[in-house]
Amino acid sequence: MRVSALIPRYPEPETYVGRTHYCPGCGHGTLHKLLGEVIDELGIRKRVILVEPVGCSVLALRYLKVDGVQGPHGRAPAIATAIKRLRPEAIVITYQGDGDLAAIGTNEIIHAANRGEMFTVIFVNNAVYGMTGGQMAPTTLIGQKSTTSPTGRATEYFGYPLRICELLNTLEAPVYLERVSLHDVEHITKTRAAIKKALLNQIEGRGFSLVEVLSNCPTNWKMTPEESWRFVKEEMTKVFPLGVFRDR
Amino acid sequence: MSRLYMKGNEAVVEGALRAGVEGFFGYPITPASEIIETFAEKYFADREREKRGEKPLYPKFRVFMQMESEIASINAVMGGAAAGCRVMTASSSPGISLKQEGISYIAACELPCVIVNIMRGGPGLGSIQPEQGDYFQAVKGGGHGDYKLIVFAPNSVQEMAEHTMLLFNLTDKYRNPGMLLADGYLGQMKESMEFPEVPIEEYDKPWAITGMGEREKQNTIEFLFLTPEPMVEAKKRLLEKYKKIEANEVRYEAYKVDDAKILVTAFGTPSRVAKAAVDLAREKGIKVGLVRPITLWPFPYKIYRDLVTHQIDRVLVVELSFGQFVEDVRLGVEGKAEVKLYPRFGGIVPTEEEVLEKIMELA
Repeated sequence: MRVSALIPRYPEPETYVGRTHYCPGCGHGTLHKLLGEVIDELGIRKRVILVEPVGCSVLALRYLKVDGVQGPHGRAPAIATAIKRLRPEAIVITYQGDGDLAAIGTNEIIHAANRGEMFTVIFVNNAVYGMTGGQMAPTTLIGQKSTTSPTGRATEYFGYPLRICELLNTLEAPVYLERVSLHDVEHITKTRAAIKKALLNQIEGRGFSLVEVLSNCPTNWKMTPEESWRFVKEEMTKVFPLGVFRDR
Repeated sequence: MSRLYMKGNEAVVEGALRAGVEGFFGYPITPASEIIETFAEKYFADREREKRGEKPLYPKFRVFMQMESEIASINAVMGGAAAGCRVMTASSSPGISLKQEGISYIAACELPCVIVNIMRGGPGLGSIQPEQGDYFQAVKGGGHGDYKLIVFAPNSVQEMAEHTMLLFNLTDKYRNPGMLLADGYLGQMKESMEFPEVPIEEYDKPWAITGMGEREKQNTIEFLFLTPEPMVEAKKRLLEKYKKIEANEVRYEAYKVDDAKILVTAFGTPSRVAKAAVDLAREKGIKVGLVRPITLWPFPYKIYRDLVTHQIDRVLVVELSFGQFVEDVRLGVEGKAEVKLYPRFGGIVPTEEEVLEKIMELA
């Protein structure tokens, strides 16, 4: 028996066509792949409309072969609101970073969640502005250094890390809020399951779902990929506890 | 054809509904609020009809949204337009300032939509009385980067409806955003109108993001370039489109200009006052005519050039601002006539006697 016969055959990915431009060790590639796999598994690729953010994942549509639009910084939830309401048969996904969603786009995400818009949000939290070169984000940890908090984030000066899942969990309308992480295989698997659940919620017309994904930024954190994932595991999860906040 | 009696803001809604608007996204602001309110009334009346098992009056009008901000409104318009639907928003000056980022993105991505600006006094919070101080913002840019909006300047309630309908056609035709630029007077004024016959043109939108469906190729709506060369090509395409619009879509009204020596020019509400003043001046034997631009971009430069080349040597510009529109008039006149500005600002519309006085100063 040839060894190759023992290797299970997986279907060719249709949605995710990788080789991304992201920095070595960045979590975006993994997350794109997970999202693509789940879209393939659910057989919804031809119905998906993806709203890209402004940030490192601004070119996500190069790697995910679905229809989509590139929105202004932070505005994806407003764009997605109109698309989903005008085309309810589409599966509408926003993919947003923490600068995009938790800073400049806070208003849009809160109100979209509060209206219970029927789309799915993939929120990537890596505690920093990546594309612009490592500035402080609302999610930057206390004491964490960035180019705009060079001596570390001080609470008396910059306030505290903003917890989006907890914040949205005060609203009535959302049906599913979960925080997951990409720091090891076990958690990557959990992330995949969370994305699937969030998309199923939309397919079944349940309501607003958001998956917050803790990720890394080795380049701007000035760490090796390995060190960066350890930071996610040991430091970020303390401030941003993992788990399901809402599941209705 | 039936005669109707309604407010300018209500006529915008009526025109949009007849043009087959599919989504309206807005935020309240005086003096434009009747637009969002009238859309709400029409939309929810249709939902009530459906509950009673009746057919909706406006089956195409599927989405009405009062958004959380002007910014969210214009971005919802971007989403709806990207999805291939006829969509619009309406606001007034401070709200339109907030929308500028979105307008720039919409222009860059060549998304057709209609934006209504019922201008109030500015800068800042200003006043709720009419001004025309958003002229530059509407016709010269407003948001960042090179782009153009197709800008219509109605001067009656009837035109509020008619131009809204025309804008839906033209914005779809050219894949370009358009603006209805009216002053607060036109939004608030009630007058009798006949509903204009504007044929509804429907355009295929193979570029729209609808979900790939039967398509093999993904549709993406983006305007970001990591290297200059493709951006040069994309911007050339935009520029070519703008030239085409400039060549084909200029609209203006010329009144009693055939033998005129003096020209009065104005748009929007002041153009009605100016027209009446031209009639008063004619009674006094002054040879005066009026040019009223209907499109502010593309601007009717040529009619000014033609008139000053052959007969007119004095031009009176009446506008409700320090003097913005006058700059385009001067570009049209090319220094071949004396251009005098009569600016009224702060929310007061001049009377016809006041404009007549200015004409007589030139005569």
